[in-house]
Amino acid sequence: MNTILIKGAAILGGDPADILVRDGVIAEIGDLAGTAAELTVDAAGLVALPGLVDLHTHLREPGREDAETVETGTQAAARGGYTAVHAMANTSPVADTAGVVEQVWRLGQEYGHCDVQPVGAVTSGLEGRRLAELGAMADSAARVRVFSDDGKCVSDAVLMRRALEYVKAFDGVVAQHAQEPRLTEGAQLNEGEVSGRLGLNGWPAVAEEAIIARDCLLAAHVGSRLHVCHVSTAGSVEILRWAKSKGWDVTAEVTPHHLLLTDSCAESSPVGPYNPIYKVNPPLRTEEDVRALREALADGTIDCVATDHAPHPVEDKETEWGVAAMGMIGLETALQVVQEAMVDTGLLDWAGVADRMSARPARIGRLAGHGLPIEAGAPANITLYDPSPRALVDPSAMASRSRNTPYEGMTLPGRVVATFLRGRPTVLEGKLV
Amino acid sequence: MRHLISAGELSRDDALLVLDTAEELARVSDRSIKKLPTLRGRTVVNLFYEDSTRTRISFEAAAKRLSADVINFSAKGSSVSKGESLKDTALTLEAMGADAVVIRHGASGAPHRLATWVRGSVVNAGDGTHEHPTQALLDAYSMRRRLGRLEGLKVAVVGDVLHSRVARSNVLLLHTLGAEVTLVAPPTLLPVSVETWPCQVSYDLDAVLPKADVVMMLRVQLERMNASYFPSAREYSRRYGLDRDRFARLHDDAIVMHPGPMNRGMEISAEVADSPRSTIVEQVGNGVTVRMAVLYLLLGGSEPAIGGTA
Repeated sequence: MNTILIKGAAILGGDPADILVRDGVIAEIGDLAGTAAELTVDAAGLVALPGLVDLHTHLREPGREDAETVETGTQAAARGGYTAVHAMANTSPVADTAGVVEQVWRLGQEYGHCDVQPVGAVTSGLEGRRLAELGAMADSAARVRVFSDDGKCVSDAVLMRRALEYVKAFDGVVAQHAQEPRLTEGAQLNEGEVSGRLGLNGWPAVAEEAIIARDCLLAAHVGSRLHVCHVSTAGSVEILRWAKSKGWDVTAEVTPHHLLLTDSCAESSPVGPYNPIYKVNPPLRTEEDVRALREALADGTIDCVATDHAPHPVEDKETEWGVAAMGMIGLETALQVVQEAMVDTGLLDWAGVADRMSARPARIGRLAGHGLPIEAGAPANITLYDPSPRALVDPSAMASRSRNTPYEGMTLPGRVVATFLRGRPTVLEGKLV
Repeated sequence: MRHLISAGELSRDDALLVLDTAEELARVSDRSIKKLPTLRGRTVVNLFYEDSTRTRISFEAAAKRLSADVINFSAKGSSVSKGESLKDTALTLEAMGADAVVIRHGASGAPHRLATWVRGSVVNAGDGTHEHPTQALLDAYSMRRRLGRLEGLKVAVVGDVLHSRVARSNVLLLHTLGAEVTLVAPPTLLPVSVETWPCQVSYDLDAVLPKADVVMMLRVQLERMNASYFPSAREYSRRYGLDRDRFARLHDDAIVMHPGPMNRGMEISAEVADSPRSTIVEQVGNGVTVRMAVLYLLLGGSEPAIGGTA
């Protein structure tokens, strides 16, 4: 397919315009009536966004192909409007060598539903004892720039300092999973009113905030770049705001679920109390935290939305809360949740959404060819989104191999209609191509 | 009412119905033949994932006195120890036709999950650090028998509130029934959000004791000491134990309770535990009666609690 004409799309929610794509590149934008193309897509009423970029995806391959594979995970990504995802390192084997990151990267190339940019582990085996071969991963075909022990915190202050310093040599960034381990031993749910009533071990906000504060200070001290994964508390937002006001090179992400759901879901929800579908790390917090996170994303204190898409097989969730796996899938609902939490509330316009879900995550991940404005000459990574429908979330219709969506039984606005990866449609009329 | 999972779900009328039904059933216990035909042909499964002989035999005795068939399913030596999930166990019990499942489980919320997988009634016999509603009912029953009322009673609950399912259920139930609860514990053994609970909180046992009508001592597990909840057993005992001197400061009609098993010499001294104002042994007997009332109300439905002779 060499030419595609997208007709009447509202680019970033602006006035309708036609977009002509030729050989994977945006050729022309404007009133292109009468222009012939091999594929014409009627985009009347649709918002055109630059293809979304996820900084935080668990594709589970290698090791947990029962939960997700690179193929199914990238299909889910395409369905959600993503053209690139960062695959987290906590696979089995861990992505802590050039060999493993190259394997994941090649699988992404092979399936082609979206670009897969592997994340490398900070420490060997995620064990928090010694640095993984960060340089080898950076120099590999996968060109790793984001390093993270996600799922585990790099809690040793010296190791964290060294990692922050070391990755400067290749413009890398350490993405920290901020969780003080001693304060969260056996933790199950945000420590507060709900955990007290439910008798679930409390997961205090301070366990996240203390690490973020420490890491901001460390990053400033050694002049490095720090990225904070899945910020979940109002206190974390305050610390980040302070660090940014100092001019320190600190960025942060928030998940869609932390923008919408609270710990009260564990007590009452459409799927019953103590349903571990809501068990996630970091835990769902309070209304006050949700408000602070939304404001921080709106004012840029939090740079971007990252899904932390975490697929788990049914048997790991159909259990007692205490033994259930932590995490929820999110690629296929992220844009809808952001519309619900940020756009329909007036906190962000579509240009803001494009910035927080495409431009900034691409910049943080140093991902060339993604997150660029929709303009002539740019690679044609485009998502067409219809914000008007509102429908019940149907887990069985999802492309992900897993079904652990927390939105079952809820209605959400919007629908991804089409996704183009360098001019090649990966999704058309809401269906995988 | 289909299940009994949380004391918080009981309305005042529900709770009083359980207590009044227990009073009626208690009269049967005085007969030479204690058995009633009420639940003949019904199956009650005791599904115990934690060792708790006293709670299990209490439920077993209650079910048997109502003529129910009782199946004891203990996690040890069963398929559970081979890694069978709670869901699969639930489906198995469902297939066997369990009319009620009494569950004791180490995970908070396990009875809620179970209730989504079985059609029969679920009775929570203690889940993790969440609730133990039949304990709260038997405690309320014991208080009412001794003191004649619950409305306006001042109840001090002393000890490891943070990890106590007994404390949670008692606070909820006693509040519903009009008693005034004060939780007494070192700050480390209280949930951070305890100020949102329908009760008072104090760190000072001596200040609370003179006004209390009921002092309920909770078991304190020694492993909490290793996790630095308090410095030593001796210091805990000195600050929060009910010893002879503190006992002497209670008013004359006040009673002492303990859900058992006790650590004599730790949270309660032997002479207090064995005094006539202690209801600790009575609580055990009342436990059977109250659990009979619960099973009857969940399963017996329309038949009168006390029909003809067995």
